[in-house]
Amino acid sequence: MQDDRSAARRVLDFVGAQNLSLLIALAAVVTIIGVQDANFFSPRNMMAIGTTVAIAGLLAAVQTVVVILGALDISVGSITGFTSVACAMVFTASGSASLGVAAAIAIGLASGLVNGATIVYGRVNPVIATLATLATFKGLAQLISGGRAQGYTGGDDFFIFLARGSILGIPTLIWVLALVAAALHVLLKYTDIGRNIYAVGGNDTAARLAGIAINKYVIGAYALSGAIAGIAGVLLTARTGSGQPVSGSEGLELESITAAALGGCDLRGGKGAVPSTLLAVLLLGVLSNGMTVLGVNPFWQNVAKGTLLAVAVVIQQKRSGERAVGLPR
Amino acid sequence: MSAETEALSDSSTAILRLEGVSKGFSGVQALSGVSVECRAGEVLALMGENGAGKSTLLKILSGDLQPDAGRIVVDGTPRVFRTPAEGHRAGVRVIYQEPEIIPHVSVAENVYVGALPQRFHWFDRRGLIKRCRADLERFGFGGMLDPEAIGNKLSAAPRQLVEILRALVGEVRIIAFDEPTSSLSNEETTVLFALIERLRKNGVAVIYVSHRMQEIFQIADRVAVLRDGRYVGDRRVRGESDGAPPLKEEEVVRMMVGRDLSAMYVRETHPPGKVVLELDKVTNADVEQVSFQVRAGEIVGLAGLVGAGRTELARAIFGDMPIDSGRILWGGDEGSTGLRELKLKSPRDAIRAGIGLAPEERKTEALLMRRSVRDNTSLAVLEKLRRFRFVRRDAERELVRKYTTQLRVRTPSMEREVRTLSGGNQQKVVLARWLARRPKLLILDEPTRGVDVGVKAEIYAIIADLAREGIAVVVISSDLPEVIGLSDRIVVMHCGRVTGEVSRAEATEQRIMELAMADYLHSTPTAHASGESSKQSKSGMSSTAGAS
Repeated sequence: MQDDRSAARRVLDFVGAQNLSLLIALAAVVTIIGVQDANFFSPRNMMAIGTTVAIAGLLAAVQTVVVILGALDISVGSITGFTSVACAMVFTASGSASLGVAAAIAIGLASGLVNGATIVYGRVNPVIATLATLATFKGLAQLISGGRAQGYTGGDDFFIFLARGSILGIPTLIWVLALVAAALHVLLKYTDIGRNIYAVGGNDTAARLAGIAINKYVIGAYALSGAIAGIAGVLLTARTGSGQPVSGSEGLELESITAAALGGCDLRGGKGAVPSTLLAVLLLGVLSNGMTVLGVNPFWQNVAKGTLLAVAVVIQQKRSGERAVGLPR
Repeated sequence: MSAETEALSDSSTAILRLEGVSKGFSGVQALSGVSVECRAGEVLALMGENGAGKSTLLKILSGDLQPDAGRIVVDGTPRVFRTPAEGHRAGVRVIYQEPEIIPHVSVAENVYVGALPQRFHWFDRRGLIKRCRADLERFGFGGMLDPEAIGNKLSAAPRQLVEILRALVGEVRIIAFDEPTSSLSNEETTVLFALIERLRKNGVAVIYVSHRMQEIFQIADRVAVLRDGRYVGDRRVRGESDGAPPLKEEEVVRMMVGRDLSAMYVRETHPPGKVVLELDKVTNADVEQVSFQVRAGEIVGLAGLVGAGRTELARAIFGDMPIDSGRILWGGDEGSTGLRELKLKSPRDAIRAGIGLAPEERKTEALLMRRSVRDNTSLAVLEKLRRFRFVRRDAERELVRKYTTQLRVRTPSMEREVRTLSGGNQQKVVLARWLARRPKLLILDEPTRGVDVGVKAEIYAIIADLAREGIAVVVISSDLPEVIGLSDRIVVMHCGRVTGEVSRAEATEQRIMELAMADYLHSTPTAHASGESSKQSKSGMSSTAGAS
């Protein structure tokens, strides 16, 4: 019944309808912007898009894991700011870049564990729990920094390499994103851990009754999310040359959730994939870069991102055929 | 019923007609071209096995589902109910077993919800409670329900009374009950039947869905039978006016089943092996002092009414509900003949010990509906299929193929999403999951609910095979012929307690029903008294045990 599929059908099955529509959208946006401004295609601008996308991409990739599990982490942006400051301050105090990086990842991990424990043992809805910690972590970042940029990492070779270096002609920032995203993709698709994450998100009762320790998975996913937000914090510090409590990380939660939704993650859990999310991140990055290149009022960018998130979810819900009665699940 | 009301209902024309109603869900045709009618002042019993399409028909009548084809005609006018609210306005009400109750408000507000008396949006709580009390009296429910009680504190029976009251305070013309008595006590059932009688006299068309033959013959005028989504026919309960003989139970069963039931069960005795599970006075919030044994290669039926605590007991054995006292003893370890106590903190512990559970609600509790047959089948064995945490895909495919073939799961490919399969095939996927895990004890909670007759027979054969391979099987079922046909031994529960054990040889529906209803059934004073005294002696035993 399925063996005599046409070649086109097989290609579509491999790429996926979601990815195909993203690719078409990406091509359309690139064409429109490219026609209006030839500078858009300059290698310099391409690299700029890549490096801008790296931090949001890290968070979107790990948000994908959390969303597949059936939850949300809206504190990722705050953790990024928090760890950015911590990284710069530890580096300044110790003079060691590796200590700075370790501190950022450790603090991110701990923040994620707080999220996970609050949700599982405090029985708090994930959105509410991470909304609360979004404020808490942002406040902590402002407290330890006095609300100002901290330290100077622009003179350290390691941070310079992170921010502006390249391997095989590809910027280090993009390498970091690629490695993390590949690791998350393998985790989700090829390990029993990943399979169980899909199971918990698809039906947590069924997962529990099939012997999956779902608490471990929830806490683990938030810890992972926090640790990767810590890596994002290190990248933010490297790019700006100092620890940034708020600037550069605010709004990343919206961007990461938008990317996950645009990439076809079902916000009710159980469905999604890292590569599709990355395509969506790229689309968002090109869109925002294009708007800058074309001189559109930057405030429009928030309007565009917010609208995209809503539209992506509306399309998803229409596809699933849910009836329009009362509050959605 | 008197002769004149009979004549009255005969002369009146149908106020409700369902014409050629069809409804399909992904992969399953729940109803195909069903036409039924119901007259004013008539009680029509709608019968059929689980999965025959009764509930779907009621949902279409209420406006909760839309038919794919066919129409609803009320008083000669075709009507379309897009929501239950539109049905209510046309006087159509369906009372479900588990009605929706608004949790944090009073019974009174629950009854008049959607039509709260108000003046300029000012809500008169006192007046409402008074009115509710008056309405309760008027309909004969006085003293059975407190209008000020809070919704989520109500148990099943009062919830249903609230739902019935909702219907009565509106202008009801057509009312349908979906297995109303399964959650009601004897006293409440009597009140309900009196009420139905009154509705009939007031010219309301009553549709009554029930599995209980006795009730049907007590209150119905006519019986209509559905089978596998098709209309089989209808019969008058008390014979035609031209002197045709009154309806017999066997006739209804024959219409429902359409085949000889006994052929469905594989009748063979299993030589019982060592004790795999022993429950020793297991007690928790829902069950009390439950003790029995299950041996390898034995099929033990767990019978009882809905709410008897069978599902809760299964959950306790599976580590999903804590036990307060008593012990769960396990003898399923390879190469050991002794029993050790199991202290289970989660289903994970139970599965590792060698227990499997196929829960009652397969869609919400067992299956990942939007994942593939492969994912669903291998879910409980992934930890055995991995190498350095990577799932060995070839081994997984081979395993899934083996068990889906063995159970004859009908699916075009193992990558198909489970939601596209029929109910019976979905159940087979759940069974395949546990077969792949190779448990020593498998608990099946209502394994054939919502499964069509053909697949039922296959599932019975699978269960018999499992026992032959030496697996201890516990089957929870509310379907008496099924429990009797399958089990080597039947443990009957009532109100959280074991009220008796019946061997295959002595198992009859009558005997099991008596045990399942325990103190309710016997209305004769002597039987009741003996039930009381046995209860007392049991509690006396437990108190001495506690003291010693």
